[in-house]
Amino acid sequence: MSGRLADIWVYLSASPLLWLTATLAAYQGAFWLYRKANMNPLANPVAIAVAALVALLWFTDTPYPVYFEGAQFVHFLLGTATVALAVPLYANFATLKRNLLPLGGALLAGSVVAAVSAVGIGWALGASRETLLSLAPKSATAPIAMGVAEKLGGLPSLTAVLVVTTGILGAVLARGTLNALRIEDHAVRGFAVGVAAHGIGTARAFQVSEKMGAFAGLAMGLNGMLTAFLFPLLLRLW
Amino acid sequence: MLGAFTLLLVFQLVGEVLVLVTGLPVPGPVVGMLLLFLSLAARGGAPQWLRDTCQGMLAHLSLLFVPAGVGVLLHFQRLGAEWLPISVALVASTVITIGVTALVMRALQK
Repeated sequence: MSGRLADIWVYLSASPLLWLTATLAAYQGAFWLYRKANMNPLANPVAIAVAALVALLWFTDTPYPVYFEGAQFVHFLLGTATVALAVPLYANFATLKRNLLPLGGALLAGSVVAAVSAVGIGWALGASRETLLSLAPKSATAPIAMGVAEKLGGLPSLTAVLVVTTGILGAVLARGTLNALRIEDHAVRGFAVGVAAHGIGTARAFQVSEKMGAFAGLAMGLNGMLTAFLFPLLLRLW
Repeated sequence: MLGAFTLLLVFQLVGEVLVLVTGLPVPGPVVGMLLLFLSLAARGGAPQWLRDTCQGMLAHLSLLFVPAGVGVLLHFQRLGAEWLPISVALVASTVITIGVTALVMRALQK
């Protein structure tokens, strides 16, 4: 690198602007690819953006904390987006009240099965205690799962990665799973994706249909709340 | 849009403060969501400007997961050592959760 370029790089890498811009640009690029691929779930935009940024950080030898200086502004909005969930939750509240039994039952079953199956399988295959505690809340939306993992004694940053991976897996695997079970109702499909795969699953569901998205969002909000209130309580009893 | 954003931040802030004060074992934004929900219920609905902003924000929800996802960098070592239990647990648990949730919901609908 010539001296002048190196100076510019030193300046940019010390300011949050570079990595904030890189995060948004990577996502825009990934979303463009996703659309080009006809919204095929395999071309998940979060996965593509993360892979591109990881490669970029690796090539430029940039440590994660430096990246996060810029990316934190995006990350911060997860908390605000969690508050914003109250609006679709309220909009769907009448549906929830009408279908209290199927939605409540499915939520409780899905939430418990998500944690128990992940921790059980991880434990049987020899995962460490920290990994198991970080796995438990992986189906809840990131800000909630990270907060819960911290309270359980897991690693919030590892939970964040597991949550994102779960979301991508849910978005990719939902169609095949639900088709195999011959579930056609968009309300049921959306709700299942929302419980299992939080915001990334919900984003995917909204791209399929408004109804599927609404039920996924409802499931995500409810599962977030259930995880936040139930898991610390369960651990105290355990 | 600015008003809606401010309102969301106020609820988030009140949620965080309540958690700090009461020691509730729940993340602050969840309490903020609950309070906003209760306010909407008391008011009988969300105004259009708030709905528009929230819809716009939630439409780009997946962007907000990118910085946390890049955090995979910090855990390459652990993921390398425990890749088998972690990947099997995530894939199997996700498929099982989707299946169980959908089947329970369908069974209870009848």
